[in-house]
Amino acid sequence: MDNSRTIPNTAQDPDNTLNNSTGSAVSKLPSTSIKQRLMSWEFFLLLITAAVCVANSFASPYFLDPWNLSDATFNFVEKAIVALPLALLIICREIDLSVASIIALASVAMGYAAQWGADNTTLLIIGISVGICCGLFNGLLVTHFAIPSIVITIGTMSLFRGLSYILLGDQVLKDYPAGFDYFGQGYVYWVFSVEFTLFLALAVVFYLLLHHTNFGRRTYAIGKNPTGAFYSGINVKRHRLLLFILVGAFAGLAAVLLTSRLGSTRPTIALGWELSIITMVVLGGVNIMGGSGSIHGVFIAVFLMGFVTFGLGLLNVPGIVMSIIVGAMLIAVIACPVLLARYLQRPR
Amino acid sequence: MVFKKVMASSLLAAAVMTASLAHAADVRVGLVVKALGIGFFEAANKGAQEAAKELGDVEVIYTGPTSTTAEGQIEVINSLIAQKVDAIAVSANDTDALVPILKKAQKRGIKVISWDSGVGKAGRQIHLNPSSNPLIGEMNIKLADVAAKAAGGGKADIAILSATPTSTNQNIWIDEMKKVLPNYANLNLVATVYGDDLADKSYRETIGLLKSHPNLKVIVAPTSVGIVAAAQAVKDQGKIGKVFVTGLGLPSELAGHVKSGAVKSFAIWNPIDLGYAATMISYNLVKGKATASEVSMGRIGTAKLDADGNAAMAEPFIYDASNVDEFAEIF
Repeated sequence: MDNSRTIPNTAQDPDNTLNNSTGSAVSKLPSTSIKQRLMSWEFFLLLITAAVCVANSFASPYFLDPWNLSDATFNFVEKAIVALPLALLIICREIDLSVASIIALASVAMGYAAQWGADNTTLLIIGISVGICCGLFNGLLVTHFAIPSIVITIGTMSLFRGLSYILLGDQVLKDYPAGFDYFGQGYVYWVFSVEFTLFLALAVVFYLLLHHTNFGRRTYAIGKNPTGAFYSGINVKRHRLLLFILVGAFAGLAAVLLTSRLGSTRPTIALGWELSIITMVVLGGVNIMGGSGSIHGVFIAVFLMGFVTFGLGLLNVPGIVMSIIVGAMLIAVIACPVLLARYLQRPR
Repeated sequence: MVFKKVMASSLLAAAVMTASLAHAADVRVGLVVKALGIGFFEAANKGAQEAAKELGDVEVIYTGPTSTTAEGQIEVINSLIAQKVDAIAVSANDTDALVPILKKAQKRGIKVISWDSGVGKAGRQIHLNPSSNPLIGEMNIKLADVAAKAAGGGKADIAILSATPTSTNQNIWIDEMKKVLPNYANLNLVATVYGDDLADKSYRETIGLLKSHPNLKVIVAPTSVGIVAAAQAVKDQGKIGKVFVTGLGLPSELAGHVKSGAVKSFAIWNPIDLGYAATMISYNLVKGKATASEVSMGRIGTAKLDADGNAAMAEPFIYDASNVDEFAEIF
């Protein structure tokens, strides 16, 4: 892909900006050679993921078991579903730290609705609607008052979580109707859970959205050069607002899945998830400063994270050691290409 | 060819590993705690390892999340299910959120019990409470009797320092204490006061008690906040040796007061025994040695199960000058 990070040359492609914003430029770019493709970030991630899989199946006889792998996906799929739209938002030079708190607030709303007798479809709509409202709130604050999104969403992170605590206190909501567990515990076919299948489908949708539509090209254009994008006729504010709403809606969807999986709601639900979700996006090669990244990169990173933690879990590695390993992996994976690029570009 | 060789050798390696794991222990028990790095649970693990040593063919996998979240515990339980352990014994962060995953574990043939902090009935077969309300009530009065004898014997006035007047646990325990009080003719309950589980209010209430009841010999505080505040008040008022404080508290917070003499002895559950009993019960469930009404806990005795599978381990464990320092390092 034209927009993915390539190892020898990480960020210096200034002519891409204009080409992308005009929308028809992708085909005009020189076609990527096989060598370039092999040097891409996504290929690098894929290699590491494969290595992790091989290491895991050597380390534990329980790793290569379809049901075990299926069970393992439950640990990360809800986070991954939020990571997809968040990747777009980060490419667009914004961020949303309030996603986990949106999940909590949406879950509390669903819990009360269920107590008042709402059926499954209504609960699904309520969860996503609350997410959309929260996303709209974030987006309006960021775009209308031109305050950096990191500041706004640190605030709403506490705000949404605080609201959940005020509404629910130390209580629990668990009067979910029969059949509600299908979203988070059901299976579509064999080992493919509803959650996982949904994630696969959404990943395809987001791939097409980011890499094959004008909407996606505008996202890159704004991320690379917001002023340039503005002067080439892109409604930057509206685009960012839409992305915030999209992230909110998907946090709402994740709330439906997680609540259904747990079968209950407490205000602490999904506590601390925002960092794991952002980690997935960054590991996937999305530049935290905006402008570059790909959905297939995030897609592979989701599995890399999932397999590493599941593999370590099978070896009963304590969680504290696990977070150290994941942290070290993140730094190594981000640092390696940079160091390699420097090595390749050194004066001879 | 090379590929085939690699495949063959990796399969061989996997097979060897499976075999060695299968030989390591016949019964594998996952001991899941609220979070790793908490003294209370480290002590429970000590007890679990003791049980494993005693039984011989048991491997205890001590595990838990980094923070006390239900999602973290579910992730840990997921990997235990994948490892096909024989039993899971969990101290739950959430009564309800763990039920679906534990149901799944049971469906895959894993025996599940909860201990210390329970899960909903559908998620487990047995829940092991550290103690029971009648046993706690009785223990508090027994300790008051010991303290009264230390204060000179004969007729002794005692008072209760509780948490809030609406605290369910506290009120049940006070009722249970009143039930066994007639068996101790020497003890005379003169007052029940409430410190709301606040250190300063408990302190002031204790000073009030000391002023208004000059013949007071024992203050019973079945709350970990109240007992510390009361001991401090007795010390500050120069009543050490004349008035003794007892009740339920934590060794780490009370070791100093046991040394100063304000507290003779007190009680709380023993985490080592709790981990030991949870492992024993898990083992007996796996081996089919548990009935619907009782299950053995090894050296601790036999646990009686009620209709919902709840069991009480034992009366609270007594701590005094002889053992408080050892446990103060644990919790």
